[in-house]
Amino acid sequence: MFDFIGIHANRSWLVLLAATLVTFSISDNHAIGTYAGIATLLISYLKGRLVVLDFMELRHAPALWRGLFEAWVLIISAVLLVAYLASTHT
Amino acid sequence: MSTTQVIPPPLARHLPGDRDVWIFIFAELLMFGAFFVAYLVHRQTSVDLYNASQQTLDRDLGVINTIFLITSSWLAVSAVASARANRSREIVSRLAGAITLALAFIVVKYFEYTTKFAEGINLTTNDFYMFYFALTMIHLAHVMAGTVILSVLLLNAKEEKYHRQNLSGLEAGTAYWHLVDLLWIFLFPLLYLLR
Repeated sequence: MFDFIGIHANRSWLVLLAATLVTFSISDNHAIGTYAGIATLLISYLKGRLVVLDFMELRHAPALWRGLFEAWVLIISAVLLVAYLASTHT
Repeated sequence: MSTTQVIPPPLARHLPGDRDVWIFIFAELLMFGAFFVAYLVHRQTSVDLYNASQQTLDRDLGVINTIFLITSSWLAVSAVASARANRSREIVSRLAGAITLALAFIVVKYFEYTTKFAEGINLTTNDFYMFYFALTMIHLAHVMAGTVILSVLLLNAKEEKYHRQNLSGLEAGTAYWHLVDLLWIFLFPLLYLLR
């Protein structure tokens, strides 16, 4: 039988859709304030990584290329998180 | 139409498409990365103004466009999988779907911009809107370029140029399209959600 979920790209597509809706639903929750912002950035990191691995198909690319793109997603997410947290303390 | 075959994964240790395309894509990521950081750093100078201005954006349209781009990107990678399995009709239908969603993204952005312009809000209104219009317009230019690339791939696919032995052009073109998706995945929460 055709295994839809068994394929990385298909599974990632479903996860990306679900993650988008989660981010959307928590973003206007003032009760959790800064935590919603932190969660939003963490979810963006996970989404970015899935696009790199399963849409760009770098999961099976030479380590240098996979590493470069994974590093971009990780570093940009970390820098954005630090910049965001800095703005919540001013 | 029923598909009973499992889509074969890419060959082990394979860089899809062409190395030069990946260098270009990485350079784009570095450029946009600088934009993203500049936005959040500059936001610290007047967080309240940024938050108040952000409230006027249509978050529903933003999330709809996110779903369009993610699904379009998924259809593009599915087209590559179809080519690996030598299913030429499927390549055409998936690329056509990806292009349709790219056009839908552009139409939604058009309505977002014209609504803002009608309210008298533009690039010079304040710093938040300067970033909002500049970053989303640069991104939109990439969406349009990507739509042209996907259309070229579609024309080639209709002539059955892509198959298991000839994937490079299709992989390179769709890699660029995933870049456009990846950038939006960061741009959307930064501009529309983070407060």
